[in-house]
Amino acid sequence: MASVAASLVDGFRTGTVPIAIAASMGRMLVGYFLAVAIGLPLGIAIARLKVVKDTLGAAAASLQSLPSVCWLPLALLWFGLTEKAIIFVVVMGATFSITMAVEDGIRNVPPILLKAGRTLGASGLQMQRSVVLPAALPTIVTGLKLGWSFAWRSLMAGELLYSEKGLGRVLMMGRDLGDMAQVVATIIVILIIGMLVNEYLFATVERSLARRWGLQGH
Amino acid sequence: MAIRLQGVSRRYTSGAAEVSALESIDLEIADGEFACVVGPSGCGKSTLLDLIAGLQKPDGGEVSVESGSHGAPVLIFQEAALFPWLTVLGNVEFGLKVRKMPREQRRAIALQQLAVVRLQQFANARPHELSGGMKHRAAIARALALDPPVLLMDEPFAALDAQSRDIMHQELQRIWAETHKTIVFVTHNVREAICLADRVFLMTARPGRIKDIIPVDLPRPRSVSNPAIAALASVALDHLREEIQQVERNEFDTGWLYPESGVHPPPAGGVAGGR
Repeated sequence: MASVAASLVDGFRTGTVPIAIAASMGRMLVGYFLAVAIGLPLGIAIARLKVVKDTLGAAAASLQSLPSVCWLPLALLWFGLTEKAIIFVVVMGATFSITMAVEDGIRNVPPILLKAGRTLGASGLQMQRSVVLPAALPTIVTGLKLGWSFAWRSLMAGELLYSEKGLGRVLMMGRDLGDMAQVVATIIVILIIGMLVNEYLFATVERSLARRWGLQGH
Repeated sequence: MAIRLQGVSRRYTSGAAEVSALESIDLEIADGEFACVVGPSGCGKSTLLDLIAGLQKPDGGEVSVESGSHGAPVLIFQEAALFPWLTVLGNVEFGLKVRKMPREQRRAIALQQLAVVRLQQFANARPHELSGGMKHRAAIARALALDPPVLLMDEPFAALDAQSRDIMHQELQRIWAETHKTIVFVTHNVREAICLADRVFLMTARPGRIKDIIPVDLPRPRSVSNPAIAALASVALDHLREEIQQVERNEFDTGWLYPESGVHPPPAGGVAGGR
């Protein structure tokens, strides 16, 4: 225990851990942003357009069940040993869970709200924007949260196998040096970052939604 | 004439079978009239409202409805169906916002309509903070904000508790008197219909037709507990009995008919199992 704590302190003092965190978070932000930018519209399209559902719908469902690290060999062949390869893995890991949640949320909008929207004059794009999306928001936020944790996992897996810096790299370095304390310390850092993002970002949004909507169980 | 239906019919396909929901409906409802439509369950009452609202098209016949400056009549449902992500005020503004009315203007109209339903102090509340009756008043304000000449109400108070429903009956009569709207109010509660309506349209079991029209010439405001209303309701119920029996023939085991006394005899041999 003491050696883990010492290793943590040491990691922060020498700057290894902060630099690794910065590198990992940088990839994470880019990858996650791309995953949202692709996953969100894709989910909407699958939920709304039958053509897209029949074609990409099933593909998204099966791609989601593929462990993201399976993309790494392909990514390395495509992008070479670059940042892009890892970001690609993150994107592939997170996109489809977001897509599935968005689709689910839109599909489960209570029909009575759609009917209310229609009788009040909403239709077409306006209906989507002013009724469907807000009604699906709680499920969409859950999907974004899920996407974040999938992205985080994919990133760690990717960094383990290949990267120049990052938390996964530090983890591997610990293994190479046979330094158990460093490995455990790094795992703790990874867990804490995951927890902080969950608690301070997503849980806060979810709680505020639940409060405003009067949802139970939060 | 606010609403005119001529020979209107509407069919559904359920599986391979084609079900006739409404058949040769003729009805005229005058400007500012309060019309109630009563019928056994499944007689096509809600379909009738959807047709008038323009949410469905008839398979035959013609529906003509007077439209206001903001278009078609507005439907109000059994659930208030308020949007949970908006405040009460936001809900009332919704229809105007969809029509791109400037913010100041639509806010003024919404506040004015909230005053009509006496909910102005709850303008910034969230829907889940309101009681059942308040939600329905908010839903009425949301519909009134569009200033439709015709309000369509589909069993709006069916899910309310008895006291809130009594209050809503009074409120609705007052709102109707103040706003001069034409109201078509669908219910399965005969007494509620007699209490509210100028005329009650009785419908037959499927396929739905207009069976009878009962004019109600009692002074307003009325209350469901008024004996004259109870008397008229029992007359209307007599007219409906045959139709209710037909529904029962379809929905119950054979031999279970709605008896003259209105009370079922205990089944011979006791209840087996239960449902």
